[in-house]
Amino acid sequence: MVGHALVERLLAPGAGWEVTWLGEEPHAAYDRIHLGRVLDGASPAELALAPGGYPGAVVRLAEAVVAIDRRARAVTTARGATLSYDWLVLATGSRAFVPPVPGAEGPGRFVYRTIEDARAIDAAARALPPGARAVVVGGGLLGLEAGGALAALGVGVDVVELAPRLLPVQIDDGGGAVLRRMIEARGLAVHTEARLEAIDDTPGGAAPLAVRLAGRDALPASLVVIAAGIRPRDELGRACGLPLGARGGIAIDDACRAGDPAIFAIGECAAWRDQVFGLVGPGNAMAQVVAARLAGDLDASFAGGDAPTRLKLVGVEVASFGDAHERTAGCAAVVVVDTERASYRKVVLDPSTRRVLGGVLVGDASDLPRLAGLVGVDGAAPAHAVALLAPEGAGPAGAPPRAAQVCTCNNVSRGALCDAIAAGACDVAALKQGTRAGTSCGGCLPEVTEVLRAELAARGIAASRALCEHFAYTRQELAHLIRVRRIRGFDALIRDHGRGLGCEVCKPTVASLLASTWADHVLDEPRVHLQDSNDRFLANLQRDGSYSVVPRVPGGEITPAQLIVIGQVAQRYDLYTKITGGQRIDLFGATVDQLPAIWAELIAAGFESGHAYGKAVRTVKTCVGSTWCRYGVQDSVGLGIRLEHRYKGLRAPHKLKLAVSGCTRECAEAQSKDVGVIATERGYNLYVGGNGGAQPRHADLFATDLDEPTLVRLVDRFLMFYIRTADRLQRTARWIEQLDGGLAYLRAVVIDDSLGLGAELEAEMGALVGAYRCEWRAVLDDPVKLERFRTYVNTEEKDDELRYVRERGQRRPAHAHEHPDGRADGRADGRADGRASPRLRVVD
Amino acid sequence: MAAPTAAPTAAPAPASASSTDLGAGAWVPVCRLDRIAPGAGVAARLGDVAVAIYRVVVDGVDRVYALDDRDPFTGVRVLSRGIVGDRDGVLKVSSPLHKQSFALATGACLDDPARGVAVFDARVVDGVVELWRASRARAA
Ligand SMILES: Cc1cc2nc3c(=O)[nH]c(=O)nc-3n(C[C@H](O)[C@H](O)[C@H](O)COP(=O)(O)OP(=O)(O)OC[C@H]3O[C@@H](n4cnc5c(N)ncnc54)[C@H](O)[C@@H]3O)c2cc1C
Ligand code: SF4
Ligand code: FES
Ligand code: FES
Repeated sequence: MVGHALVERLLAPGAGWEVTWLGEEPHAAYDRIHLGRVLDGASPAELALAPGGYPGAVVRLAEAVVAIDRRARAVTTARGATLSYDWLVLATGSRAFVPPVPGAEGPGRFVYRTIEDARAIDAAARALPPGARAVVVGGGLLGLEAGGALAALGVGVDVVELAPRLLPVQIDDGGGAVLRRMIEARGLAVHTEARLEAIDDTPGGAAPLAVRLAGRDALPASLVVIAAGIRPRDELGRACGLPLGARGGIAIDDACRAGDPAIFAIGECAAWRDQVFGLVGPGNAMAQVVAARLAGDLDASFAGGDAPTRLKLVGVEVASFGDAHERTAGCAAVVVVDTERASYRKVVLDPSTRRVLGGVLVGDASDLPRLAGLVGVDGAAPAHAVALLAPEGAGPAGAPPRAAQVCTCNNVSRGALCDAIAAGACDVAALKQGTRAGTSCGGCLPEVTEVLRAELAARGIAASRALCEHFAYTRQELAHLIRVRRIRGFDALIRDHGRGLGCEVCKPTVASLLASTWADHVLDEPRVHLQDSNDRFLANLQRDGSYSVVPRVPGGEITPAQLIVIGQVAQRYDLYTKITGGQRIDLFGATVDQLPAIWAELIAAGFESGHAYGKAVRTVKTCVGSTWCRYGVQDSVGLGIRLEHRYKGLRAPHKLKLAVSGCTRECAEAQSKDVGVIATERGYNLYVGGNGGAQPRHADLFATDLDEPTLVRLVDRFLMFYIRTADRLQRTARWIEQLDGGLAYLRAVVIDDSLGLGAELEAEMGALVGAYRCEWRAVLDDPVKLERFRTYVNTEEKDDELRYVRERGQRRPAHAHEHPDGRADGRADGRADGRASPRLRVVD
Repeated sequence: MAAPTAAPTAAPAPASASSTDLGAGAWVPVCRLDRIAPGAGVAARLGDVAVAIYRVVVDGVDRVYALDDRDPFTGVRVLSRGIVGDRDGVLKVSSPLHKQSFALATGACLDDPARGVAVFDARVVDGVVELWRASRARAA
């Protein structure tokens, strides 16, 4: 990881280095911090730190360096190549430490360090029979993350820790007690003060392995993950005589030099003042030093680091920073324990300088950026230091100092962010690019966003792309958060990344993102409140408060029998009927309580929800094509039906329309659609980014003469990329315009797969297509959802105010002047009920 | 993060203390609280009147609010079907028709000071939502 931070800098324009990168693993640099995502099903490509590769560098993967010849200034690789160097940088990281006990290695035993390790664990865990158990040796950060990931796969987990508490390095006993309860509440069994003696194979036993512990019963296990610590990979340095640290690691000075003027060491393999750092923050700082030194800045030096740590386990917030164990002479500590909310929070301070020295946060780590940012600032702790732990607003007033560190992974201070904003960075993406803040663990993004908001506000600029007052993120950033943090609910999202309760802007946007990421039903109870009225009742709200119903008619092809059913339903409920522009039939005038019965009849006749109510794929309009037309060169109806079945119901930032024409005469008006297909003699031409409406726009020709599988693949990628990255209510045309590089860039991503995202986008689309269910059928099958389709909760009465007039043989809502009782707009019922004026209500 | 609260005028008071100063009338049970999805609304009838009842969860605590269901801009009874949220910390619902927002605590329209809707007293007793129905005699 740290090698990546260095190479990125060395490749910066103008740096002028000839860089060769040798890596033992088969993957280019990846985000090891989020290794757990592999157990969540992420592909290695998703973890890549530089999806676009390293243009300008020679990258040799799966080729370890086996020896360094310092005199000749050359390295030898496992493939027998010898490469000379002017400068050599070692960033070899660590290896997992495996305790030297009998049976520690063998089948069923794993460590947790690389993508290959995580994949092996994943494969083994998924192959386990139900009820199988896993033992994780080590209750530190890695062990708990591995245990959490296994538990999420449905495996029973025992965590074995030698020390008297979990996370012994990071937190104290008080925090450990709260953490233990939280971990146990997630179904993991915790064994502290338990020393591993051996791992036995027990063929014929209840489980294939038995984990023996000193003085306790052995734990049966089908899988053992050893996360008992790490050891620096200093073997290359050792072999060529570089000095080592007292506890291992390649010894480096403040310049990160490894005892040889031409060799540097950075990251976890390096020992600075006998100290080895197991976190990415100090390693990145070392990379920065080396890059600066190589660029001629001889003042650049590493000054140590004590980056905060955070446990990345969904639902278990733990963090510690600075002197968490009160080791500073004369320090004092303030602790707030809240057993009701299961939180333990401690701040350590120096009473004389009133500096914050460190702290522990368990159960609620939201204060980490704020508190860690105060470390080392004189006078940061008020006289009653407990105020530091009070809810927001009660703490010391005023903005945090410029020196306060915001991104600890990349050592970015508040001041550096402010400077970048002053220099023109006006969104989070630009800040990330300009300062690297937030590009590693991502834990500081809420804080980065906060600084951005505050700074822009101070300059009188609104953070305009923010979704609304509740989220300072754009839709695209939220999409990213939801996917990367695997957030499945609005409540968690707004709690961790937003503020307040939400509104009519962010709620439906998030609902749509959740739907297009996880494919859960829009009316599952926790989601009901997010949906606007259309999505809540799966119908289109009309001006009198009634709804219209649009069954799906794929490709516009409909049988006489189906037409008759629609006619009968419309007659039975006296619904106004009209043909839509998308080649289907809209039935108007249904009340909420009539909707289920109407749909029961439609579904019985084979119809499905048309999703006319949602920001979703609407229709694939077709011309009759070669089925009948004497000009048609392809079966446009057949293709249109297949496309509509593939993408039906897909939620998107804006409604989406597709069309297929059977020849260049273009009778289906495909060029006015988001995705248009026009048949050619040799296949299909694909058009994207067209629309009708108030600002009509012709689609652009995207690719020509495609066969159907290729066409579908490109459309999959196009739609998924749009869904992931467009802004709220941004149509495809506008989205393409604002992409940096426009249509050419889009072609590179979708057709040439320049970001390496193709397979992932297709897989995501495949998953959504596979998860499709008719939303209306799901409602009819679920009594709880059905119960919500009532006009009033407390009576079967109907809305007795709906007034209709007949016009051209059909019913339509009366206009105000047509109401027989002269009801005028805006009359308040409350007053009619004897209430003199609106008054205070009582909440119990 | 500061949780939004109702506008100051709506400081919640214990039901027992304030139910005595509501004037003549009675608490009418309407539905079980669990019939309202958290964060959403339903419509109920109180005599001729349609009342929108909202369930809002703030800091883990359920609260109920009730407004006249009628959107004053269109005269249509739809406010129960709006999206509930907050604006600058003031709890509100947005009309599903043309999106104007109304404060749950006061009924005031946040987009047009000239408009507003009536507010009803609501409470939860043993898991049942109750609305206060003032007696007609008092209005006369
Ligand atoms: C599961 C997990 C979760 C983590 N979570 C966090 C976190 O939340 N926050 C945090 O700050 N840190 C976290 N870390 C630690 C963080 O990943 C490391 O600090 C960081 O990866 C160190 O970077 P590095 O470049 O020094 O080493 P590495 O990322 O390990 O890279 C070293 C690379 O060098 C290769 N190599 C070794 N020897 C040779 C050789 N002879 N020839 C060629 N190549 C060689 C290795 O194969 C490896 O690919 C986590 C680590 C793990 C495993
Ligand atoms: S587009 Fe071509 S195939 Fe389709 S109806 Fe028109 S003329 Fe016929
Ligand atoms: S703190 Fe990890 S990316 Fe900023
Ligand atoms: S009512 Fe049809 S476009 Fe607005």
